[in-house]
Amino acid sequence: MRQLLILSGKGGTGKTTVASAFIKLLNAKYYADCDVEAPNLDITSTPNTKPKSEDYYGLKIAHINYDNCVGCMKCFEKCNFDAIKNVNGKPVINEFSCEGCGLCAYICPANAIHMEECVNGETLTYDANPRFATAKLRMGSGASGKLVSKVKENLRSGIITDDIAIIDGAPGLGCPVIASMSGVDMSLIVTEPTLSGISDLERIIAAAAFFEVKCAVCINKYDINLENTKKIKKYCDSLGIKVIGTIPFDEKVNSAINNRMSVVDIDCKAGEAIKSIFKDTIKIFNEKEK
Amino acid sequence: MLISVLSGKGGTGKTFISVNLSSVMKNGIYVDCDVEEPNGKLFIKPEHEHQIPVKVIIPKFDYSLCNGCMKCVDFCAFNALAYVEKPILFENICHSCGGCKEVCPQNAITNTYKTVGYVEVGSNDDRIFLGGKLNVGEESGIPIIKKMFKMIGDYPDRDAIIDAPPGTGCPVVETVERSDFCVLVAEPTIFGLENLKMVYELVKILKKPYAVVLNKSLKVGTNPSRIFCEENNIPIIGEIFFDKVIGEKNSNGKIVTEDMPQVQKAFQDILSKVYERVNK
Repeated sequence: MRQLLILSGKGGTGKTTVASAFIKLLNAKYYADCDVEAPNLDITSTPNTKPKSEDYYGLKIAHINYDNCVGCMKCFEKCNFDAIKNVNGKPVINEFSCEGCGLCAYICPANAIHMEECVNGETLTYDANPRFATAKLRMGSGASGKLVSKVKENLRSGIITDDIAIIDGAPGLGCPVIASMSGVDMSLIVTEPTLSGISDLERIIAAAAFFEVKCAVCINKYDINLENTKKIKKYCDSLGIKVIGTIPFDEKVNSAINNRMSVVDIDCKAGEAIKSIFKDTIKIFNEKEK
Repeated sequence: MLISVLSGKGGTGKTFISVNLSSVMKNGIYVDCDVEEPNGKLFIKPEHEHQIPVKVIIPKFDYSLCNGCMKCVDFCAFNALAYVEKPILFENICHSCGGCKEVCPQNAITNTYKTVGYVEVGSNDDRIFLGGKLNVGEESGIPIIKKMFKMIGDYPDRDAIIDAPPGTGCPVVETVERSDFCVLVAEPTIFGLENLKMVYELVKILKKPYAVVLNKSLKVGTNPSRIFCEENNIPIIGEIFFDKVIGEKNSNGKIVTEDMPQVQKAFQDILSKVYERVNK
């Protein structure tokens, strides 16, 4: 399996809009949503088959047995995550802050703390043709990077053909993004001509370089600020990164999504632009394989 | 009082709402907690800036004391230590728990420090700016967010607007837990609605008072986010319509309330509604 990752740095630039259009245009057999904190690809691209759902256990969390606790507060003193509070001389675990390191359980002189497996999210895999792997992180869990790796494992498992898989990435540049970059053949970065978009583009390009992921760029809503679009093109040129194309602002995109369709399912100028970007992206993707 | 501005989905306008709310707040603090992709600075344009590095502990090995017992490697819950003739640390995976140092029977491990990012501090007019920035290649911005919340404590007389990271993962919880009020920003799409539902669930779990601001609303068509709010009795304390002029100014890093009086009025209304709800 070869992987094309859609990324953006900044949220809301149109990753899922582009990914859902690419899935349709490629008639993709394999695709995944790695934005496990706010997954949306299912809205436009859920297959007509039955998914398999599984609880995901990634991290453990500390539990205190108060029958044994002597209130020495050693756990409170040693916790580096501020995950233990002192409530009237007794330690209380904040399960959102606990990262599951196990230090408190190790140092407790009364054997009052043990580490317990907990559900960090739920994976959902449609395993017919097409195969679609997605997941939803449990609110506030710290396991987002691990859950992304699990989604990618579900996508790849048992596949030996060299079909192209489309992967919708996560925003930002922390652990879920780093996990989504692992093993991809190319990444298409969707940006927008705002100062925020440009600043985030610079950071995601640096991250892609850090992890040696090849990338190309497309500019969404390019006509909301032509000056900034020019700046982005110039910046990418200076780094030798190809700007594959531009997509105009188009109110019809909202109505396509609100009808649970991809933009290439309706007749609109944004959809036309994405079709041409798709053709060129696949061309570059295949060239890079050689 | 700490007011955080949230949305599950990225790009709904958290930073737009945050910088404009902070612009109509007198003597406030603007805090950029989106440390992975911080943009507030592009709008606030702080002066008198300085940077404070944020450091975390990582273990340092004295191999002359190590006897190869591998207790540290076995203990590490994050697989950040491997044993190749001696314990080797993968810095980027280390969560800085300090556990390996505790378990080492030979006292061969000490703590050393690594910089994961920094906090930028500045001001513009009567407003204080705090902005966190995670170094590229680092996994977690939590230590930077924690540092900024400590720094907010240095200004007990000021209210703060907190521009939260996107999503519903650990950095968001860290931000919401310390807030007094949450403003949820929602877009008029099903994408926007799905993610609004998630942050709505989050503020309910954490028992924080909240209200919604609808952003980029269109004059035509239905707004799934508005329908959801009405069905669930979620208070809507403001609505900003999509407007080419606002969009363009915003895309150039302008704070629109500063030269569009009608928008300024809208944000003043939103802020006073927040205060009303908190003081109820």
